[in-house]
Amino acid sequence: MAIGVKVMKRPGARASYVRATLQGMLLTLQHIFRPKVTMQYPEEKSTADWAIAPRWRGTHRMLTDEQGRAKCVACGLCPQICPANCIKLVPGEDEQGNRYPLIYEIDEFRCVFCGYCQEVCPEEAIHVGVHYENSEFSRDRFVYDLERLCAQTHPVSSLWDPSDPKGE
Amino acid sequence: MTFFLVTSIVKILVVFTAIMVGVALLTLAERRICAFMQDRLGPNRVGPQGLLQPAADGLKNLVKEETLPAESDKILFMLAPAISFVPALLTFAVIPFASPLPTRWGDVEMVVANLPVGFLYILAFGSLGVYGIVLAGWSSNNKYSLLGGLRASAQMISYEIALGMSTVAVLLLAGNVTLTEVVAKQSQSLLTWNVFPLSLAYFIFLVAAFAETNRLPFDLPEAEGELIAGYHTEYSAMKFSMFYIAEYANMVTASALMATLFFGGYDIPFTHWDNVPPWTPLKTALTLGAFGLKTGFFLFLYIWVRWTLPRFRYDQLMALGWKVMLPLALLYLTVIATLIWFLHARLGWAYDTRFAVVLFGVNLLLAVPLFWVLDRGHIVSGSVTEERA
Repeated sequence: MAIGVKVMKRPGARASYVRATLQGMLLTLQHIFRPKVTMQYPEEKSTADWAIAPRWRGTHRMLTDEQGRAKCVACGLCPQICPANCIKLVPGEDEQGNRYPLIYEIDEFRCVFCGYCQEVCPEEAIHVGVHYENSEFSRDRFVYDLERLCAQTHPVSSLWDPSDPKGE
Repeated sequence: MTFFLVTSIVKILVVFTAIMVGVALLTLAERRICAFMQDRLGPNRVGPQGLLQPAADGLKNLVKEETLPAESDKILFMLAPAISFVPALLTFAVIPFASPLPTRWGDVEMVVANLPVGFLYILAFGSLGVYGIVLAGWSSNNKYSLLGGLRASAQMISYEIALGMSTVAVLLLAGNVTLTEVVAKQSQSLLTWNVFPLSLAYFIFLVAAFAETNRLPFDLPEAEGELIAGYHTEYSAMKFSMFYIAEYANMVTASALMATLFFGGYDIPFTHWDNVPPWTPLKTALTLGAFGLKTGFFLFLYIWVRWTLPRFRYDQLMALGWKVMLPLALLYLTVIATLIWFLHARLGWAYDTRFAVVLFGVNLLLAVPLFWVLDRGHIVSGSVTEERA
């Protein structure tokens, strides 16, 4: 060969061009009629063989008690453990000495969705949720305040449990 | 004269519109069929089953920014898309697509221009298309575009010869270069379709036509893995779109040509009434349908092959063109010419089914060793090495 093309060590006797081509054509033709795997997303969010995992860590959610108040006691563990430093917490205290958050904000842009906040929370107040459709038209809408966190209704993530590693 | 002018203008408008709509639908068909072959659904959002997707694409291309590389040859850069676009459409002018349509003022032949030299016209314009690609590659002032353009010219020149040689056999059989006559000659029965008496010529034509339209497995001018996008790397918006339309228009023309030269044109198989006067609008519609089906099948074949086969390496492409296709076409032409002379001049047979069957038998005899050798791949150099014990 004139130009230095790398030649594969392929035995000539077993080489097949016409047969291989026809076999390939047959294969692609068969695939036209096979069932399609595409999930038509906005209409179809889960199929028989695929659904979002219960361990999915998405948009946060603050759980509330019977009176509709956030369960948070402003202990400060979540901003402490947060690796992305996306939780802003200003604690307050009422007349009975109960601590509650004056300001509780999560910046969903900074958040890396590690789920440590849910893991560390002693009151099971802050959770990451099984939810991913959180697009907005402006950047400041991505800072979720306490009211908005409490208003979320999606299911919360069942984080990975070391004693039940396969989620059974 | 007025009749001729009016019908010509109407035919030009109708055929032009039909091709442009066909090209638009073909881009969609390509994407959807490719998706189906990959077990996906493909674009199905714009309009029912995605039918309006080409309109959305077109709109996008119209409003996109036109880029003009600073160091490019401005005039040629602007001209190149048009140069590749126009011949692609012009070629269709001589292809007859239905039986004549009777009107109150006389029969209208269903071909834009029934040139006496129809076939030569196709060869001439078919080879013009490469200018657009070469000029686009050169005027972009981009190494990769230039390489793509050079590849295109080398490839087109190589396969143009095999293409011409394979069709000479058709002309020998038809004894005429007018495409309407070529079609008329084939319409005696199913077996007189040229694909039977000239099967190997059809095979050569098919391979060469894929190379001429720069479709996979011969899309070396684009070769996105090696040359980014080859000759149209620097193009954007409508100028890029023109290359795209040109490629698909070339495919339509090549498919129509295959149908015309080898598959009886607008002839409906197993019947005779569709090829003889008196002409009726129904005949025109039905033959148009037959022609559309045949062309459509070859268009599907183009897409089917594209999404099945990998690209040739450049040296393999050249080896296939010069060492296989050209000698094969020449040899085949000799054999066929001798046979036609023998049957026609010595035995005095007129061209009919018997004539075609004899030629078909000879083709089959030739095809067996040819495909055996092709299959073992000893021809395309560099793909296999000699076995050392």
